[in-house]
Amino acid sequence: MPPRNLLGDTWLVFCRVMLPVVRNPVAVVFGIAQPLLYLGLFGPLLGEGGWQWFVPGLLVQMALFGTAYAGFSLLPEVRTGVMERLRVTPVSRIALLVGRVGKDVVLLVVQSLLIMLAAMLFGFRATAGQMLLGLGLVALLGIAIGSVSYAIALKVKLEYVFASVLSATIVPLMLLSGVLLPMSNGPRWLYWLSRINPLAHVVDAERSIFNPGTVLYGLISVAALVLVGVFYGVRTFNKESA
Amino acid sequence: MIKARGLARRFTTKTGPVDAVKGVDVDVAEGELVGFLGPNGAGKSTTLRMLTTLLQPTAGEAVIAGHDLLTDPAGVRQNIGYVGQKNGSGQDQRVADELEFQARFYGLSRHDARRKVADLLERFDLQGLEKRGVITLSGGQQRRLDIAMGMLHDPRLLFLDEPSTALDPQSRRNLWDHIRQLKADGVTVFLTTHYLDEADFLSDRLLVIDHGSIVGEGSPDELKQRVSGDLVVLGTPQASIVASKFENAVVEGEQVSFRIPNGDRALPGLLRDLDNIGVELHSVQVHRPTLDDVFLTMTGRSLREEANAA
Repeated sequence: MPPRNLLGDTWLVFCRVMLPVVRNPVAVVFGIAQPLLYLGLFGPLLGEGGWQWFVPGLLVQMALFGTAYAGFSLLPEVRTGVMERLRVTPVSRIALLVGRVGKDVVLLVVQSLLIMLAAMLFGFRATAGQMLLGLGLVALLGIAIGSVSYAIALKVKLEYVFASVLSATIVPLMLLSGVLLPMSNGPRWLYWLSRINPLAHVVDAERSIFNPGTVLYGLISVAALVLVGVFYGVRTFNKESA
Repeated sequence: MIKARGLARRFTTKTGPVDAVKGVDVDVAEGELVGFLGPNGAGKSTTLRMLTTLLQPTAGEAVIAGHDLLTDPAGVRQNIGYVGQKNGSGQDQRVADELEFQARFYGLSRHDARRKVADLLERFDLQGLEKRGVITLSGGQQRRLDIAMGMLHDPRLLFLDEPSTALDPQSRRNLWDHIRQLKADGVTVFLTTHYLDEADFLSDRLLVIDHGSIVGEGSPDELKQRVSGDLVVLGTPQASIVASKFENAVVEGEQVSFRIPNGDRALPGLLRDLDNIGVELHSVQVHRPTLDDVFLTMTGRSLREEANAA
């Protein structure tokens, strides 16, 4: 038997969850229906120069919604014996989490790219370098949120509990991130609330990639989110697999 | 293959600690097929989960397939197969894909994995289903797939948790044949069940667990012999006369029942004696003790009721 390695295990777990998607890519297309609707039916309300401001926010919103719901795919595998079966194999427990998150991040990046290209038809402008940076930031955010989503799914185990946990956290995070309208338009208390939302800084950073501005605070935010998210996820997967 | 000493698990609940398993010793020799019998909630699955590294014991130690459970769980995992109570294949996956990934998880190369998958598909009558979605399989097929998933790395020791639950009688019988074949191939099998017929049919040896402790151990026949004698039921209009001749006889209308050792051999003489004293008989039945009788004697509870309630 060859020695186990984390990278190899992660790759196997990634391939296992990726295969059904590759076999049936329709889900990926449905996944971009919602952001496409925002692009077509909400974006034009922001006027001529709105695209440069709106599209980066939309990408962050996709990262949030796309990966926060990722945990749902784990629930049937927990309820049937799939997770249990995997845990009795010698596969690394970390790989069981990271491989899954990897699938969601790959899907997210593909969908984000499609949305950026679609936005260009409306008048969004970006260089290849900007797009690459923008996708990178989105991917990092996806890793953080996806890890937490799987960990919470593993803890609550029930769909209806998981769904209410999600809506109770995602909606305020999104509203306070300034994705749809600038937070500076609102009263001061609302603006300050948005400042303690790490996601708002990620939105600012994503916008700064495509417009003049600083990405520093966003990068700090997203780095912190990745650290906390992955740590929490790995800890939960290790513990629940004791 | 299995040597566990004082294995215990305490769960902390809101109403205080619960000792699900209270220090059990389990010994299984190579090549044995051991049944682990007990009602729901007796500690079967908790014990099994500890033996298969899914659950950390709160006390005790064990060596499983040559590896220490506490210090080398990875070594244990690499050398055992485990088939859980519930179906272990992803509902959105195809049969051959799941098998191949499972083999790769155990460290087989892609080439070896494919060869092994083809071999197991044949062994468990799953040929032709390679490209089918797991969700389209029948209950019996899914169960056979589960067992195939546990055998990809050729473990010498296989754990089966309630293998035939929710299967129709024909699929159960078919599954039992496959399990016996595994034993014939030299695999050591440790299975939990709360079905008496399953335990009786499959096991060389039984461990009976109740309330977290092992309450009995032996081959199905040895255990049955512990129940004092076979049950004889006679139909006769002179039931009370017959009843007076035997200890602890029970009369129900024109029927009298009592236990005697080796009922099948004692019966001819017994019938002659009754005939000599002028007792008229219109029916005779002899029942060997069932595992349910055994269970009743050992625990004061009927396992059959538990199984029906489940």
